Amino acid sequence: MSGLRRIPWALVLVVAALFVPALGSRFYTFVATDVAILALFAVSLNLLLGYTGLVSFGHAAYFGIGAYATGILMKKAGIPFLLAFPAAGVLAGLFALVFGFFCVRLTKIYFAMLTLAFAQIVWAICFKWNDVTGGEQGMPEIPYPDLAWMERLPLAGQLRTSDHFYLLTVVLVAACLWVLRRIVGSPFGRILTTIRENPERAEFIGVNVRRFELIAFVIAGAFAGLAGGLFGIFNRGVFPDFVYWSKSSEVLIMTILGGIGYFYGPAVGALVLLVLNQQITSYTQYWPFILGTILIVLLFAFPSGIVGALDAAARRLARPRRA
Amino acid sequence: MPDLAFLFGQSLSGLTAAMFLFLVASGLSLIFGVLGVLNFAHGSFYMLGAYTTYQIVQWLGRDPGSFWWAALGAAVSIAILGGLIERFLFRHLYGADVLYQLLFTYALVLILSDAAKVLWGTGQLSVSRPPGLTGAFKLWGTFIPYYNLFVLLLGPTIALLFWLLLTRTRNGRLIRAAALDREMLGALGVNVDRLYTGVFVVGSFLAGLGGALIAPVKAVVPGMDVEIIVEAFIVVVIGGLGSFWGTMLGALVYGQVLAFGILIFPRFSIFSVFALMAVVLILRPWGLLGRPLKS
Amino acid sequence: MLEVRKVAKAFDGFQAVAGVSLAVPRGQIAAIIGPNGAGKTTLFNLITGHLRPDAGAVLLDGRDITGLPPHDVCRLGMGRSFQRINIFPRLTVFQNVQAGFISHRGRGLDLFSRVGQLYREETEALLESLGLLDRSGEVSGFLSHGAQKQLELGIALASEPRLLLLDEPTAGMSAAETRETIQLISRIAAERGLTLLFTEHDMEVVFSIAQKITVLHQGRVIAEGAPAEVRNDPEVRRVYLGERR
Repeated sequence: MSGLRRIPWALVLVVAALFVPALGSRFYTFVATDVAILALFAVSLNLLLGYTGLVSFGHAAYFGIGAYATGILMKKAGIPFLLAFPAAGVLAGLFALVFGFFCVRLTKIYFAMLTLAFAQIVWAICFKWNDVTGGEQGMPEIPYPDLAWMERLPLAGQLRTSDHFYLLTVVLVAACLWVLRRIVGSPFGRILTTIRENPERAEFIGVNVRRFELIAFVIAGAFAGLAGGLFGIFNRGVFPDFVYWSKSSEVLIMTILGGIGYFYGPAVGALVLLVLNQQITSYTQYWPFILGTILIVLLFAFPSGIVGALDAAARRLARPRRA
Repeated sequence: MPDLAFLFGQSLSGLTAAMFLFLVASGLSLIFGVLGVLNFAHGSFYMLGAYTTYQIVQWLGRDPGSFWWAALGAAVSIAILGGLIERFLFRHLYGADVLYQLLFTYALVLILSDAAKVLWGTGQLSVSRPPGLTGAFKLWGTFIPYYNLFVLLLGPTIALLFWLLLTRTRNGRLIRAAALDREMLGALGVNVDRLYTGVFVVGSFLAGLGGALIAPVKAVVPGMDVEIIVEAFIVVVIGGLGSFWGTMLGALVYGQVLAFGILIFPRFSIFSVFALMAVVLILRPWGLLGRPLKS
Repeated sequence: MLEVRKVAKAFDGFQAVAGVSLAVPRGQIAAIIGPNGAGKTTLFNLITGHLRPDAGAVLLDGRDITGLPPHDVCRLGMGRSFQRINIFPRLTVFQNVQAGFISHRGRGLDLFSRVGQLYREETEALLESLGLLDRSGEVSGFLSHGAQKQLELGIALASEPRLLLLDEPTAGMSAAETRETIQLISRIAAERGLTLLFTEHDMEVVFSIAQKITVLHQGRVIAEGAPAEVRNDPEVRRVYLGERR
């Protein structure tokens, strides 16, 4: 057991993920890119949901802002990805700072409603501001970053551009997840958990709860923005529904499905949900019905999510049996 | 400067929209007030109310009064559906985190929207206006359909009835007390379980009735569930979650902002209602007529 | 050290605290007693910044702290425990106390160090003195009531306060636990030179350790003084002790 624990599983997984294009299937690479990006989106949400105890109904706002930022900069201003990608995080973080300033003044359901209201305002603007965002039609044909240099890498020479972008995505997502992992394992992360557990008590150990919530909100928004920046390119276009409330609920479902009590839970949720979606939609158009059923089973049978259920099962197996 | 007749027509259409919204939002607000849950599936109940009305009208055929029976039948069926869902599923989640309750109601939205597609297809269905309310009359240069006038009168009537129910009956007083302090009720020996089911039934009835009454004026289509729930949310947030007259005020404000927002910022009318919601939440998070939550 | 000047607070027209003044000099162990609903907890909430008084002022070391939020009050050296268990239930015992140190020592905004062993020595020393060291790794929500009350005290002490406010520190404890807790509190207060202000319903406890007692009734101070004086005060005997005997 302890031997298994010493293996750096996250690193193994990243390396394994880099070999997906070697399978030669355009479809696998497509799904894997989708999963990697949404995993980052979901983990960023979980900084609020699972670590700080804040329910945001409007996390798609920051995802969308990041997507539009990168998209507009790359397509309209011809700015290279190297600058346009961080800009997505910075811009989304700035919006999160402004919106969050108001949101953290509210608690519980009111917090959730205000995050939703702000997200819908962003959506309405994206939907109507034709000159900048392309309005309802969105902004198709976001260019791929220039990844020709990858052809000189060993093994990567024969790959398609979408494969190259996938490799870039894996590396960037892994780096972002590493940073987020450091943050939740830091003293700051510990203080966030005290706010989740008991905000009143946290105040009385000297924690300025609103300030910490705001910082967490900005960090979560910034990483959602980075995920959005990647997604716009992957999706070959940015559209207003990136910001719509259904996108916020989708990421919320992924996060809870995977398990909010675990750092990688939301990533697992993203994986399971997207793969299921791919599989099921090829059989039936009634994906929402299936998803709803999955959710109800989840809520009643596995409230701590997939990772929570696996964790509980593993503990049961690991427990030494007494005669 | 648009002429007065136009403004009158515009405000009247806002008022009509407000009455439908009130019917739906009041049930949402009632359920939130007592159970502390925002029921996303409320819009689905409204949608099913409209579809059920269509279905019953089909069954009853050309009978002139069929619409009225259909509307009543639809509202009652939806009330029963709501009661069953509360009794057999939702009840088990009262101890769980609010997030899980929300997720459950969202799962219902997904399931019910597909169920409606399976049963009624994805096309637009329509229900004709009941006999006697088919025409329109002209007032100050504006054509007003009789049916809209009927809705304009029905809204306040139902509000008043509902209010009497809440203030003059024992159950109504219990509901209001529950909205203020849930733990107290259990301590006073009230059967809280039955009260909760009752509230869910009444709330669902209102949603179903709203759907039934809108069927003759709007196409019955998939997606009307989500459309209304977003609007109803805004209404109850503006008016005050759990506040009865707040919901009425919220619906009136929403109707007018939407009707006139289109004139002032034709491209940003959706923007104006969300902005209004955000402003209310920032300045008075408990809504125009709501009360602050006890800390 | 602590000075409260004529603070008042009303809720929906109900005057919970009606102009209370009291002073606690450095190093004193002071108690507030009074029947249920006398306004003890409200007074605590006013002092610690949880509630803002309608009138009056609260001074800590001569500095006006009226209306400051709790986190600022805490940083100025006032710690607090609660009547109802108020811990971080899904964190371990160690993490509960460690969080207090992190916050108090200003490491809360450190985003990149590893939290694991941070302030381990301090945390373990404090847990040791509370008799909780062997339960350090347990999830605090699963502890017994008595252990949780002690942890509550530990969280407050991790902020290294100079003035400690304890709201019913022995509520819900057995007689034996109560005795132990009181010994613990007196010992820690002496070791650390703490100024202590507490409320308590157990009169034996109050008269055994308090140096000064303030009696509240219906939001007002009706008597104040050394235990012996208070015990013999006719007004106190009538409204307070009278009700109980």
